[in-house]
Amino acid sequence: MSATSSPPGRLLNPLRQLGRAGLFLLTAFSRMRLTRFQAAETLRQIYFSGVRSLVIIVTGGFFVGLVLTLQTYDTLSRFGAAEAVSTVLALSLFRELGPVLTTLLFAGRAGTSITAEIGLMRATEQLDALDLMAIDPMERIVQPRLLAGIVAVPALVLIFNVCAILGGVVFAVFMMGSDPITFWSNMQATVELWRDFGHGMLKAVAFGFLASWLAVYFGWTARPTSEGVALATTQTVIATAISVLILDFVLSAFML
Amino acid sequence: MSEILASSPSITLKNVSISLGGRMVLDDFSLEIPAGQVTAVLGPSGAGKTTVMRLITGQLKPDSGEVWIDSERVDQMSARQLNRLRRNLGVLLQNGALFTDLTCFDNVALPIREHTALPEPLIRRLVLLKLQTVGLRGAADLYPRELSGGMNRRIAMARAMALDPAIMFYDEPFAGLDPISLGVARRLIRDINQALRTTSVVITHDVGEVAHFADYCCIISDGRAVAEGTPDSLSDSSNELVRQFVNGLPDGPVAFHYPARELADELLEQDLSR
Repeated sequence: MSATSSPPGRLLNPLRQLGRAGLFLLTAFSRMRLTRFQAAETLRQIYFSGVRSLVIIVTGGFFVGLVLTLQTYDTLSRFGAAEAVSTVLALSLFRELGPVLTTLLFAGRAGTSITAEIGLMRATEQLDALDLMAIDPMERIVQPRLLAGIVAVPALVLIFNVCAILGGVVFAVFMMGSDPITFWSNMQATVELWRDFGHGMLKAVAFGFLASWLAVYFGWTARPTSEGVALATTQTVIATAISVLILDFVLSAFML
Repeated sequence: MSEILASSPSITLKNVSISLGGRMVLDDFSLEIPAGQVTAVLGPSGAGKTTVMRLITGQLKPDSGEVWIDSERVDQMSARQLNRLRRNLGVLLQNGALFTDLTCFDNVALPIREHTALPEPLIRRLVLLKLQTVGLRGAADLYPRELSGGMNRRIAMARAMALDPAIMFYDEPFAGLDPISLGVARRLIRDINQALRTTSVVITHDVGEVAHFADYCCIISDGRAVAEGTPDSLSDSSNELVRQFVNGLPDGPVAFHYPARELADELLEQDLSR
């Protein structure tokens, strides 16, 4: 029985992984150089991981808003409180659903793509080639993708929230005939800028950082085989989903 | 260390031992690569040829022994010193390792843009000259995916010599090439060696090709250099392993069978366990 397959080994393995991922992150930040190239490459990566995730974020956001309003409207109507639907919708979106769902969609769309790209670069010796040309692969490959995630996810969360509220408006106002003035004024009266919206955006920054960190880490450490790259992309999705949900609880507990 | 290596440095590995993944890859290995010549490092698959290259480029550090390029000791260099050294090395990796999101022009321009402050018009001229050398100036605006494997390797060669390095490494430059591409690659290795006056190291198992381009050869087996000399002297060698390798014999000192128990014992055991 190997050290990692024994019960203590299996318990220690995630901790070891966490330690390695932490060291990887420290290395990435310690070699950070702010150059014109870095800025241009980060913008390019924001386009690849952010702009190209728009379809899934817009569609996902709209339908989440639609179904959330549908369920909430039905439940609140039983207590004669249907006009509170916009409050429930906005608070649940800004505080929890927007950041969490957007990050999960981002991990599925952009995180896997980042992991596979870096993993394939390792398999096809492109990272070695950079190293041999005295070009730091951390600086050229890892840092722009890491920074792009930190910028892209909060922007995507904003778009997700807007689309979800639009979905809510479509259901509540256009389909159920709610009064639009009541809908908007209730939302305006109950949502606090910092406590609800600001905390949600803080979460978005933290989740964006976490998702892009895990995506580049698993790509960087992927075994240079097709099986290794496939495993790494799966690990990215699973690790991001679990850690985002845990971090969400921790952050919510501190913010409330 | 000096900023720039001598135009044709010599390379020395002294009593180098290294084990990777629990396996001894090189054991008390010594090799002298002469300056300004084309040296072929030959050996069966898994003999440790690429490890030799990685030791010289500083990607690996030996467990014991010394690696020298001229008077600079590579195995004791810091990351910063290694980076400075690598600006004077050109490496053609086995798969070319071109960046698929960059055009051929940008691939070749990458090391020049990274390590020099030359204006873009001058970079353009330099890159076109390098591409002209490998016969692919016309493919400057194409992406690597639009070219054949042989052409990709030529673009990678142009990239490797972009900064006019003092040492050129070629890792299996002939693997998977058709006869025409192979002839082109062979000629380019010699031309680059003469034009840039580099020290060239070619890692290959293609023993038939060696006589066409190499000045000096070294055969590695079981982690040791088993033969060294000119291509002619190797073909006349009486060493059993050298003869097996040069003549491509399936069995000999390098066994055909992977180490295992006797077949009869294994079959008998299976029968008994039923």
